[in-house]
Amino acid sequence: MQDDTCFHCGDPCDRQLITFEEKSFCCSGCKTVYEIFSTNDLSHYYDLQEAAGTTPNAIEGKYDFLDNEDIITKLLEFNDGNVQIINLYIPTIHCSSCIWILENLNKLNKHVTSSQVDFPKKTIRVTYHKEFSLKNLVLLLAKIGYEPYISLEDFEGKKKATDRSLIYKLGVAGFAFGNVMFLSFPEYFDLGSSAASGGEYWLNKYQNLFRWLMFVFSLPVVFYAGWDYFVSAFKGLRAKLLNIDVPIALGILVLFLRSTFDIAFNFGSGFFDSLTGLVFFLLLGKFFQQRTYSFLSFERDYKSYFPIAITRLKTDGKEETVPVQNIEKGDRILIRNEEMIPVDGTLIYGNAQIDYSFVSGESEPVNKEIGEQVFAGGKQLNGVIEMIASKSVSQSYLTQLWSNAVFKTDKTTTFQNLTDSIGKRFTIAVLSIAFISTAFWLYVDPSKAMNVFTAVLIIACPCAIALASPFTLGNMLRIFGKKKFYIKNTQTIEQLAKIDTAIFDKTGTITTSQKSTAYYEGMPLTPEEESILKNTIRASNHPLSRSLYDLLKEQNIITLDEYEEHVGKGLESSKGAIKMKIGSANFVGKALSENVLDTSMHISANNTYKGRYIFQNQYREGLSTTFKNMSQTLSLAILSGDNEGEKSRLEAILPKLTPLFFNQKPEHKLAFIKTLQEQGKKVLMVGDGLNDAGALAQSNVGIAISENINVFSPACDAILDASKFQQLYSYILASKKAMRVIKMSFILSLLYNCVGLYFAVTGQLEPVIAAILMPLSSISIVVFTTVMTNFIGRKLS
Amino acid sequence: MSVIYVLLAISLVVAIIFFVAFIFSVRQGQYDDAYTPSVRMLFEDELVKPKKKKVKSKE
Repeated sequence: MQDDTCFHCGDPCDRQLITFEEKSFCCSGCKTVYEIFSTNDLSHYYDLQEAAGTTPNAIEGKYDFLDNEDIITKLLEFNDGNVQIINLYIPTIHCSSCIWILENLNKLNKHVTSSQVDFPKKTIRVTYHKEFSLKNLVLLLAKIGYEPYISLEDFEGKKKATDRSLIYKLGVAGFAFGNVMFLSFPEYFDLGSSAASGGEYWLNKYQNLFRWLMFVFSLPVVFYAGWDYFVSAFKGLRAKLLNIDVPIALGILVLFLRSTFDIAFNFGSGFFDSLTGLVFFLLLGKFFQQRTYSFLSFERDYKSYFPIAITRLKTDGKEETVPVQNIEKGDRILIRNEEMIPVDGTLIYGNAQIDYSFVSGESEPVNKEIGEQVFAGGKQLNGVIEMIASKSVSQSYLTQLWSNAVFKTDKTTTFQNLTDSIGKRFTIAVLSIAFISTAFWLYVDPSKAMNVFTAVLIIACPCAIALASPFTLGNMLRIFGKKKFYIKNTQTIEQLAKIDTAIFDKTGTITTSQKSTAYYEGMPLTPEEESILKNTIRASNHPLSRSLYDLLKEQNIITLDEYEEHVGKGLESSKGAIKMKIGSANFVGKALSENVLDTSMHISANNTYKGRYIFQNQYREGLSTTFKNMSQTLSLAILSGDNEGEKSRLEAILPKLTPLFFNQKPEHKLAFIKTLQEQGKKVLMVGDGLNDAGALAQSNVGIAISENINVFSPACDAILDASKFQQLYSYILASKKAMRVIKMSFILSLLYNCVGLYFAVTGQLEPVIAAILMPLSSISIVVFTTVMTNFIGRKLS
Repeated sequence: MSVIYVLLAISLVVAIIFFVAFIFSVRQGQYDDAYTPSVRMLFEDELVKPKKKKVKSKE
């Protein structure tokens, strides 16, 4: 009995089957990894999780740049000449087996001292002896299917120091809050008694000590943990804006001053418990809002994709590795298989077959002849090529897009969120209530006026309002994350709820790049020919062969008499009397047809031309219904970088009168969105490739569709897994509902404020009432928003 | 009588010890990755075959 899935990676072994130690493998790469693991006593890897592995890629020569000392020095985190430490990003980390094997690297090679995986970030930190060398380490990782991803961004050494200040602040506030609560207990139990009325002797004797201790604890809370609120309020006021931090900062300040005043003149115990609790809860809300997806990057520009170094050919024909920034116009560059082209240039040698999938989203590789232009961002798929750079890296067509001002403006500063717009009205209302009630008490009983004024500002501190939005949106963020919709920050949800126009890119966004359909055109093939065709392309690794193989109907596996693959041209095989050629038009002996817009595979048998398979974009499932639903509330449009070849097909699928624009260059897309925004529209851009990067940055919300969320998505506000494309509209509706939840919480917290204000205005605000009311309102808001958002989330699929 | 000072001092010292421990753990980066340790602790040591010499690897 043979199991037909690969023991190592779990892929079906229908194309090739290798049996080794009674286990089946889909390719020799997987088998090699298994061998490495089993000879090193590491086969426990497969016990942790079945079929956990990843097929290793061919990496010949790809990491030669790691021989360059300068490059190594910049990549290393620590280097003392003997021991070196490096942090590597490994996109293929995905399960507990990965953690286990990577942390046992020292068993594979004795020069590795230790390795530690950070799973959420998908990074590994390796300590190793220098004689092992970084290159060997990277090769070792690549050999076992964990190829690290080293990009230009790592090289430029922007080592992001992790910002832990919020955790410190939260710790300080929580520490002070707990201790102040303990120290307040005597006061709570001793309600209404004092030394004069003969209350509890012990409590009265040490009252002052307890109170001053509370004062000491509150100092770091006000001046360290809560300091950001003062800064933000001050900045807001200077910009003539009343944001939500103004009443918060006012509340904290008044709480602190009034409490200090109270204990200094022995008027009462002060509100230190409420003060520390307030700051603690507010910071907790911030912490909840701040949690994002550390393994995703939303800020990528071309630097994250580009290689660090490239092989340059010197005039005497020798190869040298140089960092890509050093490439100048006129340099001769060598691009190996699977390497990325870093600059625009002219092809001078080799069979270029370039995959522009992450520039344009187009999945099929493009053939280039010697003398033709090749553009930066493409990936060579077919052996070695040589080219002459016509520009430097930053001047290239693709990279130039990033010099647009859009990439330098921060969307967050230009958007006033719901909380801040409420905060403005709230502050005005609170201040007027405070002044009116003070005026009243000045007239009735001046001794109480100051008490009432401060009490109003204390009780009206909008803690619950400030918590409503971080908890609702923070929770929505996590719910969306579980549904494979990864949003950069909570503000994006607010923006998404306001969207009225949605613009889509075509290739890769509404079409899928993983599946394609093909139809046959020409003379019908005989059953034998079909069988030979299927068996011939079975052995080929070319992407087109692979997709055609999946499309053709099942055939018995036969042994071919002859088989030869001509790189960049096609396949040749024979069986019995039939000789077959499959490949480009030239290869099968047919003049190139006029219509070169589509991708096709030509077939000839015994030197007579038979016909061709034409590949077509396959639109995502449910596209038509998704668009129909969306068009109810949103105005839609398609912006495509492609030619009009698919126009009539698209028109049939999409709702009537959806505007379609073709031949749009990246800067056209950007300008198109800008014009819509100038008309007051809130624009959602959905794209996938780097050519959409400008449009994504310009739009109010830019969503990148991605087949594989770990790699290759342009800078954006949110990343949507391609399998969830149909759900996009329901996600937009869910964010609208989330905004409604926030508004409901505002009403709820206003009710609490009304109760509190009653006590404050009538001059009866006791510290204990504040100490109960404030946490109660905060906690009930947190509970309310969590329950409501989970309810919304349950309805999503 | 003034034993309360001693008690207060003790309680404060204990609280501050924990607070300092917290600061240290944050500074060491223990809160940076809250997920991997939860998986790591489930790996069993004895599955590593004893014939190879064991190398203590964790810092």
